Amino acid sequence: MTANHNSKTSGKVSFWNDPSKRSILYQVTTLLLIGLLGYYLFSNITHNLARQSIATGFGFLQKEASFEIGEKLIPYSAADKYARALWVGVLNTLLVSFIGTILTVILGTFVGVSRLSKNWLVSRIAAIYIEVLQDIPVLLQLFFWYAFFYEILPSPRQALQPIDGVFLCNRGLAFMVPVFQPAHVYMAISFGIGCLIVFVLRLWSRKRQEKTGKYFPLFRSSLGILIGLPMVTWWLSGAPTRMDIPVLTGFNFKGGVNVSPEFTALLLGLVLYTSAFVAEVVRAGIQSVSHGQTEAAMALGLKPGHLLKLVILPQALRVIVPPLTSQMLNLTKNSSLAVAIGYPDFVSVAGTTINQTGQAIEGVAMIMIVYLFFSLITSAFMNWYNKRIALVER
Amino acid sequence: MDSKNQPSKTVYAKTVKPPVIQIGPIGWIRKNLFSDWFNSVLTVITVIFLIKTVPPLVTWAFVDSLWFSTGAECHEAGGACWSVVTGNFRFIIFGFYPHDQHWRPFLAMILLAGLLFYSQNRDHWNKYLAYGWILGLFLMGLLMKGGILGLDTVESTQWGGLPLTLILSIFGLTAAYPMGVLLALGRQSRMPIIQSLCIVYIELIRGVPLISLLFMSSVVFPLFLPEGVSFNNILRAQVAIILFTAAYIAEVVRGGLQGMARGQYEAAESLGLNYVQTMRLVILPQALKIVIPPSVSILISAFKDTSLVVIIALYDLLKTTQSTLTNPEWMGFSAEAYIFVAMIYFTCCFFMSNYSRRLERELNRSNR
Repeated sequence: MTANHNSKTSGKVSFWNDPSKRSILYQVTTLLLIGLLGYYLFSNITHNLARQSIATGFGFLQKEASFEIGEKLIPYSAADKYARALWVGVLNTLLVSFIGTILTVILGTFVGVSRLSKNWLVSRIAAIYIEVLQDIPVLLQLFFWYAFFYEILPSPRQALQPIDGVFLCNRGLAFMVPVFQPAHVYMAISFGIGCLIVFVLRLWSRKRQEKTGKYFPLFRSSLGILIGLPMVTWWLSGAPTRMDIPVLTGFNFKGGVNVSPEFTALLLGLVLYTSAFVAEVVRAGIQSVSHGQTEAAMALGLKPGHLLKLVILPQALRVIVPPLTSQMLNLTKNSSLAVAIGYPDFVSVAGTTINQTGQAIEGVAMIMIVYLFFSLITSAFMNWYNKRIALVER
Repeated sequence: MDSKNQPSKTVYAKTVKPPVIQIGPIGWIRKNLFSDWFNSVLTVITVIFLIKTVPPLVTWAFVDSLWFSTGAECHEAGGACWSVVTGNFRFIIFGFYPHDQHWRPFLAMILLAGLLFYSQNRDHWNKYLAYGWILGLFLMGLLMKGGILGLDTVESTQWGGLPLTLILSIFGLTAAYPMGVLLALGRQSRMPIIQSLCIVYIELIRGVPLISLLFMSSVVFPLFLPEGVSFNNILRAQVAIILFTAAYIAEVVRGGLQGMARGQYEAAESLGLNYVQTMRLVILPQALKIVIPPSVSILISAFKDTSLVVIIALYDLLKTTQSTLTNPEWMGFSAEAYIFVAMIYFTCCFFMSNYSRRLERELNRSNR
């Protein structure tokens, strides 16, 4: 401290021995080095681009893409622009990540809970599931499921039918959906109203409990409202049951919903792989709540339902949610492997764009920006959640 | 012990055995499989599921299977065709490496396995082991590449299969480690510019998928280089893997640095050590010890992630398998071939993750 003080007042300490000045020197040197490296690379790039006469900038986005995309959520044709093609890719990535996330959480929780089961057989099988699927590269799993669809499953004519109305064959997965009717719109509306009622009910029951201490069975009644209301609407509007069943016409199924083998294989591979990690996360989270907490809650006279809702879950979720979010992000990033099995996700469309235009820098930059955007949103959510649930200590 | 407190022997003279249904195998089954009605239902469902699935799989894999036959015979048989593996074993494992030189990558892999095996024991961890690793990695590279000591030169474009997978992951981790440590130190540094540069790098890399870096290595790196200079594909992919892994190592090492008690820094300062000495002699030796188990996890994911080089057409283990499967003779036996590759990956990862768990337990015990 004194040395520092001296250096400021008398300047006796040489420049080199003053930590604050030295750190400025280090930083300036680093900046200079990076600047020089950047300049060198940039000049190389401009030279190389000029030599190979590759255009720069994002002007290509407005040009005609002239390639088809097999699966799309929005109308698209080869005559559309690159920008729209890339947007189709982004939507496909989001679709696979969204459905994948939901399925992964469900399956992962199931396996994680099974891992802790008192039943020896069930917990062993869950352990094997976790260990095997974690240790095999996800790309290999994707290839396996892709081959499973194309080589092992029969042709549409001999399609497997595991459940009535669901067909599995080498052209993908086809399943039946209800034929669209006005009743469905009414059901959706009544579901929305149900949500509103539950929200109000929740506020009311909390206020009442704070005032009078009387407990209202919120969970059961909300479940009843959320399921019951649409069902009653469905029944009132004539109980339409007509289903759109896939029918074999020619070489493939028509009607119902058809999912391509690429999409199914991608989803299957990603979900199975990530759910093994999620299962470990869930298991660790549940185990992190010490048994004393359960005993204390039981000693206080809480019912099993309340024990789970008020004691176990809030503590377990604090441990589970952060790694769970990062697993969800991993799933989104791994969905970029779609390019290897020919599902047109964003990376795949961007790859085609790079091949056609030769504008590799812009293409790779776009891939990075899109995924960075996803991960920034995720970490924003994480920070918000962590702040919300952080332990308030004395 | 006080003799007064010892109970007289007569108390123990007559011991009643527990009922037979509570001990032994029956007791175990009752306790673990049929403890209540829910458990019993679960057991029954699981057993039915296993009976439905396991015997057909065993029949397919072992009873009806062909192990050493031609592809044509396989297409007629109904079971698994392991001949696709045995018939192409050397190509799947070694790729396009010259056939008569296969002993060289084989020897390199043995060397690596030996080093790994020897390093397992924590008593062997010292300076000489580090030198041994450097020497070993150098020898491996020499064996693969050749060119001196009468070995024929084998261009790295001909490397492939399992040796390539191992090289990409082991060299990747070795080279990424120092870089990761520097990045972690930079992130902890009090110099704002250096700190923000490190944060940007780490978060940028961790936010994007590896495949975008591999794309970059295959299409953008060549543009960075001056005219006439070029690297081969493998080296470029290796650089991408190193850049990627370093960011993850940085985060792991940061965890270790944050685990250091403040007193350690203060003690080093009061001894008059400067920053480099503090880090080299006091902080890093302790911090790096803590982070060995998570580093093994990074090695596992690096090992699995090298399979992505398939997408930029390097002939690693997965790609050699795929190109075997494009041969008309072996077309249609993907399941068997992929199961074989999966078993290789599984064995390696399983040992590594078991080791990391064991190490974690040992380190926890010695820290207490």
